[in-house]
Amino acid sequence: MTALTDDTLPMTPRAMRDEMIVFVVMALLLASVPFSGIYPFFVMQALCFALLACAFNLLIGYGGLLSFGHAMFMGTAGYCSAHALKVWALPPELGILVGIVAAFGLSLITGYISIRRQGIYFSMITLALSQLLYFIYLQAPFTHGEDGIQGIPQGHMFGVLDLSKPTVLYYVVLVGFLAGFLLIYRIINSPFGEVLKSIRENEPRAISLGYRTDQYKFLAFVLSGTLAGFAGALKVFVAQNASLTDVHWSMSGEVVLMTLVGGLGTIFGPVVGAFVIIAMQQYLAGFGQWVTVIQGSIFVICVLTFRRGLVGEVAHYLRRSL
Amino acid sequence: MQALYAQLLVGLINGSFYALLSLGLAVIFGMLNIINFAHGALYMMGAFVAYFLLNLGGISYWWALLLAPIIVGIFGMILERTMLQWLTGLDHLYGLLLTFGIALIVQGVFQNYFGSSGLPYSIPDQLKGGVNLGFMFLPIYRGWVVIFSLVVCIATWFLIEKTRLGAYLRAATENPTLVRAFGINVPRMITLTYGLGVGLAALAGVLSAPINQVRPLMGADLIIVVFAVVVIGGMGSIMGSIITGFALGVIEGLTKYFYPEASNTVVFVLMVLVLLVKPTGLTGRAA
Repeated sequence: MTALTDDTLPMTPRAMRDEMIVFVVMALLLASVPFSGIYPFFVMQALCFALLACAFNLLIGYGGLLSFGHAMFMGTAGYCSAHALKVWALPPELGILVGIVAAFGLSLITGYISIRRQGIYFSMITLALSQLLYFIYLQAPFTHGEDGIQGIPQGHMFGVLDLSKPTVLYYVVLVGFLAGFLLIYRIINSPFGEVLKSIRENEPRAISLGYRTDQYKFLAFVLSGTLAGFAGALKVFVAQNASLTDVHWSMSGEVVLMTLVGGLGTIFGPVVGAFVIIAMQQYLAGFGQWVTVIQGSIFVICVLTFRRGLVGEVAHYLRRSL
Repeated sequence: MQALYAQLLVGLINGSFYALLSLGLAVIFGMLNIINFAHGALYMMGAFVAYFLLNLGGISYWWALLLAPIIVGIFGMILERTMLQWLTGLDHLYGLLLTFGIALIVQGVFQNYFGSSGLPYSIPDQLKGGVNLGFMFLPIYRGWVVIFSLVVCIATWFLIEKTRLGAYLRAATENPTLVRAFGINVPRMITLTYGLGVGLAALAGVLSAPINQVRPLMGADLIIVVFAVVVIGGMGSIMGSIITGFALGVIEGLTKYFYPEASNTVVFVLMVLVLLVKPTGLTGRAA
């Protein structure tokens, strides 16, 4: 089996320093957005998807598991957060917590089921499970079917941060994104992450070294699903609704596309990919279904000619790990 | 009881489509090591080609049954030659991603020109009407779909398991290098196999056109159900795919009668149960 990515550079202090520099630059750029005149709603939306794509990348890029149902975690957390905020009238921080816990529970169940098969079967199973959930949400009363949950109150986080102010909301979403990003970065560079990479490279060898690979993959799945849920809970505050589009298979496909465009198994790739795809949707919104055609073409082009993705190509050119 | 039999028939018809599609997926996976995500889109193309043949060329259903699989099959072979063949040696997942992209392109183009609503395709005159079987009224066209699909499935099984060509095919699945050493053109066989699998999908599309109408997204949700069928049945055996396809169609039909709320989800729930009890699938060997 050939590796999905060619990120085999050893983790040196220099690589770590490079990555931290890029991270600080990224954080500063994002923090300056409210002063730049860029529409903050667009960036917030992209940040939520960037976190989702990073969580997805943890599974595919470092565990070699292609989940084709990651929208189910985002959608589930979104629905549960929205319900907690609107019906139970919980404060925002608890609303987010409800969403995260829901995604955690869902990833325990779906992980237990899907991790039983590998490779291509794993992808088909996650896709089928997300479709199962889609039909459940279509019929469940609390999701309001086709209408979704609308008009979600944003409230005051910790009683002081007024999330209905775009700038405050922006920094809350940014802090959430950066925290999630750093957590994923930490996971990737932990001993656990190293074992995960060894499973991606050669699972039989990892087993022969005495690692219970199924447990590692399961833990990676749960971490990835829970973080995807965090992204979904944040998105509720940005979009102020939770709807069926967030659980649909096409959303899972978009997450895959973002990560592929940015670079599978790169640290910053999913962020870049998310911004590229969200920007593309924004600018091409008037072209109707041609957006789908363009997305499909990007898939084809990426797979045939451009498998490292944007960040992967740059990293390869600079011989750095990014 | 009438309603039960009617749902059973609907189940058998859906089962025919599951069987034809999962059969094609299994054959393609065997030779190309690719899960063809574009299968649903190509099924849809089969229905649209039949629609164009009738409305633009005045070519009847019977010719469409032959021509649509050939036309879509040739389209599939072009896809294989221009794109899929370059994935040899790469991780399986790239095949899934590439064919997903192809599916998005094909469905997007058709959606642009035909929207999301259905186009009618009438039942050919010879198959109109129905017969009273005593316990139920059987529309002839629906009976025809079930029987014809069954015949095509068995014929495909016979081709692969019992003929010399099928023996080459199975040998090339096991060890392509060795088969090439015997002077057999394996790359051409791979192309033809993809064409065959795609042709089966297009045939299912033509069969479903008079029943389900012709819609750009008719294959988009269907392919996910077929994936679940494939996970349940495993892709190791041709006969296994056929039997699982029909059986799940029937179970779905029965669910529609006894507990309609679950009819959309029953196949997925069964997939979960099978994974919990026998993770390799009903006919599969350890992966």
